[in-house]
Amino acid sequence: MQVYLPIAEVSVNAFLLLGLGGIVGILSGMFGVGGGFLMTPLLFFIGIPPVVAVATEANQIVASSFSGVLAHFRRRTVDIKMGLVLQVGGLIGAGLGVVVFNYLKSLGQVDLLVTLCYVVFLGVVGTLMFIESLNAIFKSKRTGSAPAPRRQRGWVHALPFKMRFRTSGLYISVIPPIMVGVAVGILAAIMGVGGGFIMVPAMIYILGMPTKVVVGTSLFQIILVTAFTTMLHATTNYTVDIVLAVLLLVGGVIGAQIGTRIGTYLKAEQLRILLALMVMLVCIKLGLDLLLMPDELYSLGAAGGH
Amino acid sequence: MIRFARLASSLAIIALLGLATSAQALEEEVVLGLSQDRVAITADFDGSEILIFGAVKRETPIPKGPPLQVIVAVSGPSSPVTVRRKEKKLGIWVNADSVIVDSAPSFYAIATSAPFQEVISDTEDLRYRVSIARAIRSVGAAMNIENAQDFADAVVRIREDEGLYSLRENTVAVDQQTLFRSAIDMPSDLTEGHYTARIFLTRSGQVVSSFETDIDVRKVGLERFLYSMSREQPFLYGLMSLAIAVVAGWGASAAFRLLRQ
Repeated sequence: MQVYLPIAEVSVNAFLLLGLGGIVGILSGMFGVGGGFLMTPLLFFIGIPPVVAVATEANQIVASSFSGVLAHFRRRTVDIKMGLVLQVGGLIGAGLGVVVFNYLKSLGQVDLLVTLCYVVFLGVVGTLMFIESLNAIFKSKRTGSAPAPRRQRGWVHALPFKMRFRTSGLYISVIPPIMVGVAVGILAAIMGVGGGFIMVPAMIYILGMPTKVVVGTSLFQIILVTAFTTMLHATTNYTVDIVLAVLLLVGGVIGAQIGTRIGTYLKAEQLRILLALMVMLVCIKLGLDLLLMPDELYSLGAAGGH
Repeated sequence: MIRFARLASSLAIIALLGLATSAQALEEEVVLGLSQDRVAITADFDGSEILIFGAVKRETPIPKGPPLQVIVAVSGPSSPVTVRRKEKKLGIWVNADSVIVDSAPSFYAIATSAPFQEVISDTEDLRYRVSIARAIRSVGAAMNIENAQDFADAVVRIREDEGLYSLRENTVAVDQQTLFRSAIDMPSDLTEGHYTARIFLTRSGQVVSSFETDIDVRKVGLERFLYSMSREQPFLYGLMSLAIAVVAGWGASAAFRLLRQ
């Protein structure tokens, strides 16, 4: 069944979109990531214009994250206070990101920026997570004790403006969470992602939050940042395609529910290593696109855009 | 902008009328019918086929010489297009040079009754801008960029691949040098606007008569409503998108809880 998307102005198969939404939704629920880092490149691939894909994906992430976070709220694995602090940074970052996005769009370098962001962030985060979770698995097998990330305690704990985060059992400065929030907000606006793939490791390794509250808190924060990003794209670029979003999110929210259930059966280290592998795969695919000579050297764009 | 386009098209009609009178010696004229003069883009729009049929009206017997040929050209609204070329810089492929093609139709389909080269001469093609390459205007190409023509060629190549530009020879059927018909396929990825259908009658490569008519392509119903809302009420549209997202997210969560109980 073909559906004509009113904003993207292309006609696509509805079941393809529902299926994509479902698969990405499962991953989203399992790992506490919005799934945008997979969905946005997939949307490029099926012919959705990049500017529409990025904006619409932000809207779809709101739905899948909202669906996922409700399950975490019931299990009390959301650190609301931490989420709100991250949020302050997130809003600043999202605003900056949309400005950068629109500027590069006028230069014709948006695609490059988006792809480069993906390759760099996915590469670094994926590799770090992969190594760390492998170590964690080996350590837990040998000694049976959880690894304590003592190295980071130093600088994170030396900063001023300390605040107590009861759910996470932390007493740390608000500066690192706000900085993490800014970084994720910028990525949300530029890459059409919630930023969970960078947020989750940042919360574990930089902020030292316990893994059990990380996923819920990440989802909670992602909802607000992507909602803000959606509004910015809708009002400045007019690129949110509501029909595309609905198709993706119907599949997405159902997938997210299934994913959340699967996630509870897996150990934290296993979850992390799977997420790391997936992140690295996407990174390699996008990296090859930059390095190999493209089939078509030319691309078309509307002249005199914003 | 719209007013300018109308003015331009009415000027074009005046010009065509002038040409028609100068070719009056042959006294052949197009009478045209379209299966539809509007295309409605609905939510399940999956392309459309427009039948174009017509007759040649003449007061005198059919002239001797080579047979009458017919060209049908349907074009979408034109707009400037930025063409960017990738180059390898620091080991990765990035957009480097760009050229603005002043005017390229969003859609362009030509159907002819015989091979294009036989139907119309090069000078007539130049005058009426019939072929795909001539329908694209690229006068302002920067001088500092080599092979500016490559950029215009790229527009044609990319849009041909997307099915937006097409030249289909021998797809206009002509009966008794009097009746003709053809079908133009409109792809599903259409943009809105005023499309024009142009019909040319030719003999020995010379245009003896031409006719132009509009085809209105518009989004309708839900498509129209959503598109207008996103442009006119972007804030409300954004809020609506978010509301749908939250309700869908909550709905799925609630539904799954019910299922488990």
